Amino acid sequence: MSGPSTYEPKSGFERWLDTRLPIIRFAKDTALDFPTPKNLNYWWTFGGILALMLGIQIVSGIILAMHYVPHVDHAFNSVERIMRDVNHGWLIRYMHSNGASMFFVAVYLHIFRGLYYGSYKAPREVLWIIGVVIFLLMMATAFIGYVLPWGQMSFHGAVVITNLFGAFPIVGESITTWLWGGFAVDNPTLNRFFSLHYLLPFAIAGCVVLHIWALHVPGNNNPTGVNIRGTQDTVPFHPYYTVKDGFAIILFLILYAAFVFFDPNLLAHADNYVPANPLVTPSHIVPEWYFLPFYAILRALPDKLMGVLAMFGSIMVLFVLPWLDTSRVRSMRYRPLAKWFFAIFVVNAFVLGLCGMNLPDALVFQVGEDAEGEPMGLTYVWMSRFATAYYFAYFVVILPLLGLIEKPTRMPENIAEPVLAPEPPAHKPGRRGGASTAIGAPQAAPIVAERGG
Amino acid sequence: MFPRIIAAVAALGALCAVAGPVAAESEARHARDVRWSFEGPFGTFDQGQLQRGYRVYREVCASCHSMSLMSFRNLGQPGGPFHDAAFANPNENPYVRALAAEAQVADVDNETGDAIQRPATSADRFPPPYANEAAARAGNGGALPPDLSVITKARGGGADYIYSLLVGYERPPAGLTVAAGQYYNPYMLGDLSSAWRGDRHEIPEGGFIAMPPPLTAGQVTYDDGTRPTVDQMARDVTAYLAWASEPRQVQRKSMGLAVMIYLLIFAAIVYASYRQIWRNVAH
Repeated sequence: MSGPSTYEPKSGFERWLDTRLPIIRFAKDTALDFPTPKNLNYWWTFGGILALMLGIQIVSGIILAMHYVPHVDHAFNSVERIMRDVNHGWLIRYMHSNGASMFFVAVYLHIFRGLYYGSYKAPREVLWIIGVVIFLLMMATAFIGYVLPWGQMSFHGAVVITNLFGAFPIVGESITTWLWGGFAVDNPTLNRFFSLHYLLPFAIAGCVVLHIWALHVPGNNNPTGVNIRGTQDTVPFHPYYTVKDGFAIILFLILYAAFVFFDPNLLAHADNYVPANPLVTPSHIVPEWYFLPFYAILRALPDKLMGVLAMFGSIMVLFVLPWLDTSRVRSMRYRPLAKWFFAIFVVNAFVLGLCGMNLPDALVFQVGEDAEGEPMGLTYVWMSRFATAYYFAYFVVILPLLGLIEKPTRMPENIAEPVLAPEPPAHKPGRRGGASTAIGAPQAAPIVAERGG
Repeated sequence: MFPRIIAAVAALGALCAVAGPVAAESEARHARDVRWSFEGPFGTFDQGQLQRGYRVYREVCASCHSMSLMSFRNLGQPGGPFHDAAFANPNENPYVRALAAEAQVADVDNETGDAIQRPATSADRFPPPYANEAAARAGNGGALPPDLSVITKARGGGADYIYSLLVGYERPPAGLTVAAGQYYNPYMLGDLSSAWRGDRHEIPEGGFIAMPPPLTAGQVTYDDGTRPTVDQMARDVTAYLAWASEPRQVQRKSMGLAVMIYLLIFAAIVYASYRQIWRNVAH
């Protein structure tokens, strides 16, 4: 993709190094000269934002690890010591705890971007799959990290989540005992969680390298989803996208700083400032906000094993998404039906989050009273069932069928076209004509004929 | 296609809308909204209020509640109740040293190895009122007074909740059975349904708390002449507890303002660079 290298060693040392380890050539080709579609919008800036967030989390985390004590008797107080006595420890810790939230804000927007613009479709399936692996690793790392302060929500959250593995028949109990390092969540659990929380971010960093490698072979997708034809469609990554990503990163940092400096505990639970006590269970155990949709899917099903399978399945289905979506059009700009189902999918994700946040038996709205005068209405558990059904239906029913029945609107010949001339007004898809347009070889749809009809 | 889908979803919704009933539960009353001086991005603590709050804590709360994460030196650090700019090192602050010396802490005699009590120094933590959890429970009818080090961060509602709880004790409504050693407080979380003999749709707000109403008018004497009403003492001690829960919060907010100004200027510069670099590229 990056084409022939334009690097010319300037000095004797660069020539000497270039024949032994062409690392400067590699950096110039991939980070500076890399040809990037010139029509990328701000939804494409979250890759850079995520790379920055990973860096911030690793650096702040390494510093926190210098002061944190992974022992059930000291963990809570060592975190408070960081807040009180370590120089700027409060800043480092709030950057890390809110950094996790901001990391998930960015990754969800990054995933929604990929879903809308069809970035998972050929030839980017491997790129997408590595992305899902990174997402899974992020979830594991975030969950484990939330256990480390050893507050009430840390402890009881760890109990709930590790107990999920107990749902598996025969091997379940052995797996949970093995995870705990004992017969309950206790000091061995905290110790290994700390070890893994230090390890996994580097596994993520490794996967990010693969993710970028897999990006640089086919090159960036773009908002039109149309393949780029040549150098007239691209600009070098630097300075064009370093400055655009840089601007977006600073805007993102302003949001991040607003949380860190002005309301650092807004996204946290008050219960986690109560030291862990195995004998007192909080009345309402909820995970961090970024897990709420998956928590809702877990609780939507009446059977524990089914709930666990549904929760894991909700991520696993992303692995096969490139083969579930039968449409040959990448960008939903040109998919008049899919874009509506996608919009519902986004709303549905928030609905799932709302369900995860509320008690399952609480009412979303009341429709009346039963014979005994008790309020009746739609409960959150039932709403989560509808939302879970839509979540899975979107991937395994709607996307496979839409590709067969949907008629895409006119796609541009190349990415320069919508850039230079505004798109003609959108029109309803006709019933006539071909079902879809091939990826990468867009045909100019018979626009005149359609207007006539 | 869409009307049919929407109709189907609506029909399903109507089917399952009968998925009640839900048991009525009591809920705590929403905390009173107090305008604290330390609220908002520019909020700071009133040092006089922190000093009064420390006095209420020391003379009232500390007889049952520990504050294990606090050292006497914290009282003299920047932003603290007894901070004095003349003593950059709070351990040299004579007021802090005097406050510490009023308390006795457990230690070991270096010569004999015997357990002794000695006056605290500024480096010592606040000594706990009870030797251990069992002693604390034994002294409080089986209930454990929570540690107050991070109490406003550890309760939903924060400072508003702590203040409301302190001033919110009410006579229990008729029909509510209050066990010995328990007190009714409408701001306390809890489930009163089992103690309620009235209409089960009219369960009172709140819950039971083992702490008796802690404040009575004139309980402490303020040096600055402020009248020690229950409301005044509750506000003062809550402000002190909010400061102690996060002693660096004022520093955090002032740094935040500088960071925000920096980032906004930086954003403007980078946006101008972006416009400049892309000026000849249609996109």
